[in-house]
Amino acid sequence: MDPITRIHSRTLVLPATDIDTDQIIPARFLTTTARAGLGRHAFEDWRYDADGTPTAHVLNQLDPGDHRILVGGHNFGCGSSREHAPWALLDYGFRAVISTGIADIFTANSLKNGLLPVVVDEPAHRWLLDNPGAEIDIDLEACVVRLPGDREVAFHIEPFARYCLLQGIDQLGFLLAKNDEIAAFERQAGPDVSAATNPN
Amino acid sequence: MVNQAKSMFDKIWARHIVSPETADTPAVLYIDLHLTHEVTTPQAFSVLRDRGLGVRRPDLTLGTVDHSSPTTTAGLRGIATADTPQARQILEFERNCRDFGIECLGLDSEHRGIVHVVGPEQGATQPGKTIVCGDSHTSTHGAFGALAFGIGTTEVGHVLATQCLLQRKPRSMAVNVGGVLPAGVSAKDLVLALIGKIGVGGGSGHVIEYRGSAVRALSMEERMTVCNMSIEAGARAGMIAPDETTFEYLRGRPRVPGGAQWEAAVARWRELASDEGAAFDKEVELDASALAPMVTYGTNPGMVIPVDGRIPATGDDPALQKALEYMGLEPGAAIAGSPIDIVFIGSCTNSRIEDLRAAAAILRERKVAAGVRLLVVPGSQAIKRAAEAEGIDAVVRAAGGEWRESGCSMCIAMNGDSVGSGKYSVSTSNRNFEGRQGAGARTLLAGPATAAAAAVTGRVTDPRELMV
Repeated sequence: MDPITRIHSRTLVLPATDIDTDQIIPARFLTTTARAGLGRHAFEDWRYDADGTPTAHVLNQLDPGDHRILVGGHNFGCGSSREHAPWALLDYGFRAVISTGIADIFTANSLKNGLLPVVVDEPAHRWLLDNPGAEIDIDLEACVVRLPGDREVAFHIEPFARYCLLQGIDQLGFLLAKNDEIAAFERQAGPDVSAATNPN
Repeated sequence: MVNQAKSMFDKIWARHIVSPETADTPAVLYIDLHLTHEVTTPQAFSVLRDRGLGVRRPDLTLGTVDHSSPTTTAGLRGIATADTPQARQILEFERNCRDFGIECLGLDSEHRGIVHVVGPEQGATQPGKTIVCGDSHTSTHGAFGALAFGIGTTEVGHVLATQCLLQRKPRSMAVNVGGVLPAGVSAKDLVLALIGKIGVGGGSGHVIEYRGSAVRALSMEERMTVCNMSIEAGARAGMIAPDETTFEYLRGRPRVPGGAQWEAAVARWRELASDEGAAFDKEVELDASALAPMVTYGTNPGMVIPVDGRIPATGDDPALQKALEYMGLEPGAAIAGSPIDIVFIGSCTNSRIEDLRAAAAILRERKVAAGVRLLVVPGSQAIKRAAEAEGIDAVVRAAGGEWRESGCSMCIAMNGDSVGSGKYSVSTSNRNFEGRQGAGARTLLAGPATAAAAAVTGRVTDPRELMV
């Protein structure tokens, strides 16, 4: 994964609250066994009519290459655990999602793929909703979003995930390096822990 | 004085810490049971192959196929030669399980079914365990006093390779449900009412423990329904302290300890319940006695009202306006009497034997209304056999419904079972999101009795009117 320090782009605003993962990538596209290529189905049912005709949705009016920051309504990414949701958004062209609340599993999945989940306060969110297409800057090193007019909005991101994103490393290597500790845990663990699931 | 009392969540969490959380790094949390299925694993197995890694504990890993499974016998017979993405996904999963030494209850297994039905049924789900699966409804297993939550595919890879996850400890929430559920009101109604109260983001960042007299009175099937829907309130997990009901359900199941080990296990499991005075970050109260059968009217599970209630006025709420526009329902109208097209009884929420019995009690000696399609999909092959032994299949067929093989089916519409654009479905599943049951589908979530009542009348109906 390439290191991420800063994302500078225009925003694309989807103001609806509770945008769920079934909107981001409808379940019928989960029959794939690959990660690649999901972007063309991102928000499929908002972007296309039943007969495949593109709708007038804002997603069809803007060039994803120029609008890499998605501003969504509160509780973005709720619903299923499908990692296909951040895969689809990344493949579509997004590099960050900003909201006042982002669902837990979606956040965890996004951090592991280099899609920045950025939770901001209500006033900043309101400004972003009211100013679609604003050119803003997300600084992962400083953990601030810079809005036009030198306005800075702090955000929190889990420190280890942030470290991995800044370094461009994945978390599996860290866990694999814990092998001895895991083995020691398994040896001393009580009877209910790590008990085999196979039939007696 | 420091509060030494621990919640059940605290106890299970502490017991599974391989290395503790610090400011810089999350805890390394050990996972006792990893459930796997065809949809969220292929990319994880690819990572293992690319990096030359094996599965650390195949003996703690169990696979089955559910999301993409055909539910017709013709579909099942044709799977080996069917050149469809679903068939390829299932066959690739079965192959991955073989290659990595994972036990797979595949399409030819009499024990297969929806992963969250199979785990408990096989006794693999046990109190005190940490349980994960690449599926958000993993919260179901918390009904046994386990810490169970859904993960993404990258984390599936982490667990396959290391049996561990990197996790910060979530906050805790107690949901205290007092009173007694009235006759004709189900566990599904209870949890829908809760989500209506706290909202679809109300549980975000929290692990819920359901407590109180109404929870203690629930059967295991009902507890699973409640914990299953925890994610629909945004919660990380939901759990219920194990008790005699739990132990009776587990006794004698294939994967639980036997003989003297059983008694020892039960003694340990009794210690899991939250200590008196354990602190929770948040507490919510709900009175079961005041509840009625519930039905959703919108496009998330929090948009829910009693079946005898009215759809709210939209005011200036754009989310509600958008939802009602999609649903084609009028603000201020009564929900009862709304015409419907399809009834789906199934899913990891409501496909267990008690759910099928509740539906059959309504369907018995009645007919599905003209123009309405009823689909009943048992949660597992074992449930299907048990229901057939009781004659439930005959009741469904005599009413004019379709009786199917097990799988996720029309809950997620991946396998070809779908509602159809613009059509109304009353569904016992867990999500009424736009397009969840197929593009354009309009879903009304409800419990099994309410769903069956709608099948009979062709309209949203209070099931208590059809109960004798």
